[in-house]
Formats: sequence, structure tokens, C-alpha cells
Amino acid sequence: MKNILVSVAGFMAGDAQADRVVPPTGFTAWLTLFSAGAMAFLAVFALALSLATDRLADRWGTELARSSTLRISAPAEQMAAQTEAALSVLATTPGIASARALSDDEQRTLLEPWFGPDLPIESLPVPRLIEIIEGGDGIDAAGLRLRLAAEVPGAVLDDHTRWRKPLVRAAARLRTLGWVSLLLIAGATAAMITLAANAALSATTQVISVLRLVGARDDYIAQAFVRRFTLRGLMGAGVGTVAGVLAVLMLPSTDVAGGFLTGLGFQGWHWLWPAMIPPLAAGVAFVATRAAALRTLRDMS
Amino acid sequence: MIELENVAYSYGGGELLSDISLQLQPGSFHFLTGPSGSGKTTLLKLFYGALIPTAGHVRLFDTDVRAMDRDDIAEMRRRIGVVHQDCQFLNHLTVADNIALPLTVSGRDTLNEVSNLRELTGWVGLKSRADALPPELSGGERQRAALARAVIMSPDVILADEPTGNVDWEMSQRLLRLLIELNRMGKTIMIATHDLALIRAAKAHVQARVLRISNRRLQLAGADL
Repeated sequence: MKNILVSVAGFMAGDAQADRVVPPTGFTAWLTLFSAGAMAFLAVFALALSLATDRLADRWGTELARSSTLRISAPAEQMAAQTEAALSVLATTPGIASARALSDDEQRTLLEPWFGPDLPIESLPVPRLIEIIEGGDGIDAAGLRLRLAAEVPGAVLDDHTRWRKPLVRAAARLRTLGWVSLLLIAGATAAMITLAANAALSATTQVISVLRLVGARDDYIAQAFVRRFTLRGLMGAGVGTVAGVLAVLMLPSTDVAGGFLTGLGFQGWHWLWPAMIPPLAAGVAFVATRAAALRTLRDMS
Repeated sequence: MIELENVAYSYGGGELLSDISLQLQPGSFHFLTGPSGSGKTTLLKLFYGALIPTAGHVRLFDTDVRAMDRDDIAEMRRRIGVVHQDCQFLNHLTVADNIALPLTVSGRDTLNEVSNLRELTGWVGLKSRADALPPELSGGERQRAALARAVIMSPDVILADEPTGNVDWEMSQRLLRLLIELNRMGKTIMIATHDLALIRAAKAHVQARVLRISNRRLQLAGADL
């Protein structure tokens, strides 16, 4: 491990004389930098998407699975009695950790996004909601429905599975798409750097044949090219990653909307993930250029 | 040091050289002559491992070229200096850097060799052109820079392919004198040329053997030419 670190450090520090041997290439250098940067920028978003949908699937999968809602629709004069009855049924049902009727204020807040503020909720036949948090092995929904039908005719139990399942499936699919995008971005980066390196190599066949003639080893020649493209990949990806992270930071906060999208950002130690992009891009550039250089060299005497 | 044993070389079309056996002794001076297209350049390329014979054996410093990998060939080129008729340089580096290129690529510290480099540049008469770029040089200056680059590693053998092809008579005399001087220092010299006047001029100063390629074979030309 230590040896690897030493050789990586040596590679980065480079050999000033060896670097000068390869002629400077102004225009393609900028193209390589730009493409590496653009790819890194996209990679940040693909990464953010994957991680956010991962969190979303997690939340929908576990948090919501532990809760359900009881809705009581009854004439206004019976509402309080039926809510009481329902709560007492729930209190004696096994597998329920807590059950609580939402207050008028809470129900108004829930409806506000759709009906606007200051809804006169008291004068409307709005059903009462009871939030149930499950515990232990969870509830037997069918059994509970039977008991409720007998004792609280106006109660409807919603255990969320109906709409939760497709959401979890969609989130999982989005997450897969995110990872596939990352792979595609890595592949496209490799392809583009290979093309740039091939172009640079074929523009410098004279340089390579001179170097071979005066006794340069393949490794020496390859290294001069490989180092240049690896550093460009690293630098371009660094700039692109920083820009991408800034863009993610500047996304509007979604907490106001109830955190439904959980924010397309990074949370906690996930902020470390984007930091992996520049070294990975450099690694891709290293492997791609080295393969291209050695392939070109093998064809020369 | 360079040894050929029943060597043949054929390009796709047919055999260019056949049944060539030769041993280059240390300190010898050879001319290689023959009509254009007779295979002088091909034979020189066999001498420095740029081509592999299609039959027979080429041994460079007692190693068969077929047994050498690309790195071995790179190492071997540090012991054989090559000058081409149309010598190529790294056009973005100065003449001095180009002459020092063999030192650079072999990982030698060029700073330790500064005096050596300066002396060599002066010897080929390019002191005032040391900071010029290769495209700014005349044909004769290019040849001399190539010669300096070929000898900076102090190789055992120097192969020159038509070194005087692009220069006037006076300059070719000057190059010849440099090569003769190198031979006196103990280097083995092989010059491919079709310029018989150059060979005659050399014979006055050095004991040179003349090899002629004719009919795909190598013959030792008579002392009288």
C-alpha cells in the first residue's frame, strides 16, 4: 500500500524533463478539460439522484409501512362519539403502539396546500383522521376492519400499501437509472479521453519515432502522455464536481412542500461521495490513455 | 558487436536481401554502397533492430534480436548511434535539448553532462545555434546536430544513412572528418552512401572497408573501387 502511494505521488510530481518531451497541445488540452468537467458535473447530479431516490425508497419502505390512517366520516353530532369509540377499539387492538386523533389545526394544515389558508374547517363536513403508529408485529388489518365495521360504522382504515408499493417500486427504478447513468458517464469519459489521447498520439508519431530512435523505453514515452491526460482529467473533473456541488447546494429547499422529494441533495456523510469523482475520473483517464499509448507504441519499431 | 549470419529480409513483394553474413569488428570503419533501392537502409535497420530478419540471425552485442523485447531494443539503441539522411528532431525543443535527448530519455541527469554537451555542440560547430529550434537549421546543421545526438551517449557503434545526401561537398567533407575523428576514438563506424567521391576522400585518412550490395547480396568491394 505504501509503495502504491509512493508511486502515485511520484507519478503526480512527474519528471519535468519527460513532460517537455511531448509537444504542448493547446486546443485539445482545453477540449479534454472541458469534457472531463462537463462529465463530472453530470456525474454529481446522477449521484445526487441515486442517493436521493435511495433515501426516498428507504423512507417509503420503512417509515410509512409502520403507520396507517383511520378516517371517520360521520354526521357532525356523532363525530366526537365515533372518534371516541374508534380510539377505544384501537387501544385494545394488539400491534398498535399509539393512536391519536388529529386536531382541527393539524387537519387545516394538511388541507392548506389544496384549499389555501383560513379554511373554515369547523363548518365543513371534513372527516376526522386518526394517525396510527404500529408497533411489534404490526396490525391485522382485516381483523381490525371487521371490528371497526361492527362498532364504528363510519370508519375506513387505510394502511397505505395501496399507494406505497408503486412509489417504492418507482423510487427503486429511479435509483437504478441513476447508477446506470453514472456507469454511462464513466464509459463516455473513458471513450472521450481515449479519442483525445489517440488524436494526440497520431499527431506526434514523429516525436515518438525520434524518442524510440534515441533509446526511450515504451513506458517512458507512454508516461509522458498518460500523465498529461490524467492530470487534465483530474483537473477538469475537479472543476466540474465543484460546480455540480454548488448547483446542488443552490437547489431550492423542498422542506416547505412537506419534504415529499426529500430534496435532491446530499445528506450527512453522503457529501463525501462527490469527492470521489475527480480521482475516479483521473483513474479512468489513466487507464484509457495508457492503453491507447501502449497500443500505438506496439505498432512502431 | 554486430553480427549477421545468413540473414535474409523480404518485404511482401519478394526478397530484398539474402544470405548476408557479416561481423562488424570494434573500431572498424565501413562504407555500405549500392544502387538506390538495393537495400542499404534496410540493412542498416537490421543493424539497429528496427527490422527483424525474415531468415537467419542478427546478433547485437551478443544477443539475438529475436530474443529482445521492446525494452531491450531501447537499451540497445543507447549503444548504437544512428544518423539518418532526413534526420528528425523534436521541433518544440532547442537544438541543445535535442542533442541531449538520449540522456534525457535514459534518465541521466543532463545537468551533470552540461560541459560534455557544450563540448560536443562546439565540436560539431553548432555552439551559436544551440538555442535555435530545429526547423530553423540548414541541412548541414541538421546533419551535424543529428551526429551530435547520435554520439552523446558515447555509443560503441555509429550508423549513418546517407549523412551527406542533403549537403554540399564542403559540408560532407566536414561531416566525414567528424566521423573519422570518432573512429580514431575507437568507435565503429558504418556509413551507407552512394557517393563514391566521399569514399575516395575517406580512404586517404582512414582504413575503410567498402561493402557493396548487389544482386541482393553483400560483397566486399575491391580496394580500387
